[in-house]
Amino acid sequence: MEVSDSILEHLRRVTALPDLTGTRYELETEIGRGGVGVVYAARDRELDRRVALKVLELPIAGEAQLIARLEHPGIVPIFETGTLADGRSFYAMKLVSGTRLDHFAAGDHSLSERLRVVRRVGEALAYAHSRGVIHRDLKPQNVMVGEFGEVYVMDWGVEAVKGTVGFRAPEPRLDQLSDVYSLGALLNFLSTASSPRAVAAIAVKATNADPCQRYASVSAFLADVDRFEQGMAVEAWSEPVWHRFKRFAFRNAMLLWLLVAYTLVKFLMFFWKKF
Amino acid sequence: MNKILVGLIFGLVLGALDGATAWFYPETRPLIGGILIGSSFKGMLVGVLSGWFARKVNSTGWGITVGSVLGLLFAFFVAFMDAKSGKSHYLEIMLPGFVVGAIVGFLTQRMGAPAATNIGAH
Repeated sequence: MEVSDSILEHLRRVTALPDLTGTRYELETEIGRGGVGVVYAARDRELDRRVALKVLELPIAGEAQLIARLEHPGIVPIFETGTLADGRSFYAMKLVSGTRLDHFAAGDHSLSERLRVVRRVGEALAYAHSRGVIHRDLKPQNVMVGEFGEVYVMDWGVEAVKGTVGFRAPEPRLDQLSDVYSLGALLNFLSTASSPRAVAAIAVKATNADPCQRYASVSAFLADVDRFEQGMAVEAWSEPVWHRFKRFAFRNAMLLWLLVAYTLVKFLMFFWKKF
Repeated sequence: MNKILVGLIFGLVLGALDGATAWFYPETRPLIGGILIGSSFKGMLVGVLSGWFARKVNSTGWGITVGSVLGLLFAFFVAFMDAKSGKSHYLEIMLPGFVVGAIVGFLTQRMGAPAATNIGAH
């Protein structure tokens, strides 16, 4: 009974494997599994290189061609799309090596390094939006951070994908503002307990349930992140006066120290001459 | 606004303010007019030179260093001329001059547009 169970399990696994007959690819290992498909590492026999092969249970609509046209350092390029002998659709893309963002977030990375990743993801999104493509399923599992700090956003805009709980905007029809929501959720995910209030406020504004209350675009979101990094006031948070002073003092610490030194010198001179 | 102009303005204003503090000393109060003009002119020179340096070198540390050295140098000349008239005020002139120079050097690094780069210019 146990033997037949294991045989059945083996058969189930084998039959689930994509039939790559008639393609230039040779299957290696499964590297990921998502809502609409499975990603495998494969070898391109013609070009003798490793690729990532995403096999989808659903047919690829016109958006695959659109995604294939996206050329950006933060977007994993698609090499080829097609249909397998078993009728399933696939696309081949660059095999990215690195750390998935959910694993990266667990590491001991500084806030500026975390914000750099968010900015790179945002830049890729802003570019895609300018080309009429939305991601639809931005989440840590779809972002890779490479060995040398490069950031890749994967699994773009398949129409059938409806997002992932926690990162998906609440509105039923996804659009660019839904990606702003997901980016805010990503920022929230990367934030730590010690992250400043301004960063939390940016994430809160981006993940507002009402799309009209979010940033109007990914670029507006990134502009607020930039303002934070430059020590300026962020649009998302009307900071109290004491915080404004603190920020000013932090930004102009050197100038304030020099002014204090000057005042001290003048006081010392004054009293030195007097007594 | 370019960095030389930033240096000129801040040097002039800070030099004038530094000179104005002479009013607090009864012995220099009668000479306040001359001190104000001299201090403003000194500040202006330090500012222009610091601004010129800031156009060449983009470094806050070096800006402060060069500004303070220039401030010290010009303050020394002023103190030296003062000493020739029989009064020695090296410390009172040079120490604030040093700090004002540092402030001007810092401001020229942080403010004003850097020099335009001529790409392909021959």
